[in-house]
Amino acid sequence: MADTIAFAQFEKAVMPHLHAAYNLARWLLRDHHDAEDAVQDAYLRAFRFFDSFDGVDARAWLLAIVRNRCRSVLGQSSRRADVAEFDERVHTADDSVSGPESGALRNAEILSLRTCIDHLPAEYREVVILRELEQMSYKEIAVAAAVPVGTVMSRLARARIRLKDCITARVRGVAR
Amino acid sequence: MTCDSARELISPLLDAELDAVQASEVERHMQTCVACAELKFEYLQLRERVRADAPYYSATEELRARIDRALRQAASAEDRPRAPWGWIAFASAAGFAAALLLAFVLGPNFFHSERAGGDLIAQEVVSSHVRSLMAGHLIDVRSSDQHTVKPWFAGKLDFSPKVKDLAPQGYGLTGGRLDYLDGRPVAGLVFQRRQHVINLFVWPSQAQSGSRLSTFAITGFNIVHWSEAGLTYWAVSDLNAAELREFAQLYSE
Repeated sequence: MADTIAFAQFEKAVMPHLHAAYNLARWLLRDHHDAEDAVQDAYLRAFRFFDSFDGVDARAWLLAIVRNRCRSVLGQSSRRADVAEFDERVHTADDSVSGPESGALRNAEILSLRTCIDHLPAEYREVVILRELEQMSYKEIAVAAAVPVGTVMSRLARARIRLKDCITARVRGVAR
Repeated sequence: MTCDSARELISPLLDAELDAVQASEVERHMQTCVACAELKFEYLQLRERVRADAPYYSATEELRARIDRALRQAASAEDRPRAPWGWIAFASAAGFAAALLLAFVLGPNFFHSERAGGDLIAQEVVSSHVRSLMAGHLIDVRSSDQHTVKPWFAGKLDFSPKVKDLAPQGYGLTGGRLDYLDGRPVAGLVFQRRQHVINLFVWPSQAQSGSRLSTFAITGFNIVHWSEAGLTYWAVSDLNAAELREFAQLYSE
């Protein structure tokens, strides 16, 4: 019965962050199925270690577990761990970004941004996703990414410079 | 403020992560420095673009249902052995008293639950830990290499324990030995945290699904127990409870 209560508390605290968990996993692993498996693993793990949750920030706590899962998945398959082996086809054959409103140019813009984010090293990519898509504070990101706040700050700054350069380079490439 | 230090602070400035003094210094610098002002503008554009164009991948309802099923399964797997006690705890006070009386009349074995079994094993685990330190029989195979320790158990046990060195995290593997617990030979793995020895006992369990960490403290020793992938794990040490728990989490990762 104690576990039934723990389960109810867990559901209340952690289930609301399922989208955040999947979004992070999807960006880190760049694959729908891998991301779903990692999120499920992370939830089971989170449930098992729910006692260690300090009750403050369930999202950051959960995302730290999700990130660790993703890291070990990436570690297992060095195939995907390497940015150099990044598969461009995955990014051209996705219809999720094309709506009825969006023209070809708009699609190209979106695709180009996504490709640039995907090309970032994982530790840069995660801070960008957590900052811009989850709108987390540096302190929250520090918890989720298990690094000091100062590291969050410098990683974000470097990630932004890389992103900016990547986008500029792609614009030039298209124009040429 | 120099250009170099200002450039580093523009990114946190836009994230509203600078204190008021730093923020106003950077702002003042940008009033006279065109390059830094431009950089701020570019960062702003980038931020707008990422927020507008980077897809937010939402979880599907199928994933939610799948996780919900898996969690319920994990929760009920843990609940089941303790179910009689759970019900009694939440029954009315009268029912509780009656049940206690019944338990008294029928004897302790009638309500023998996994929890009680767990407590017995925890006792055994502590005894084994103390014995291993007293008798100077801590280690049969001395190695900090998991690839030496794991094969050593082959042929001595009818299962293969997971052997993981956590030296980078401060829990160095020092070796392994055979031990006897819960009526069977088990793997004993020895770790060192500062001056503290951690014994980690591993043997097969009936429960196939994993269980959450449970902690015990017996006569000054801390014990953390969990199970996963058909194996049951008992870590015991005079190390403080928080660090022993961290060890268990790292080990089960």
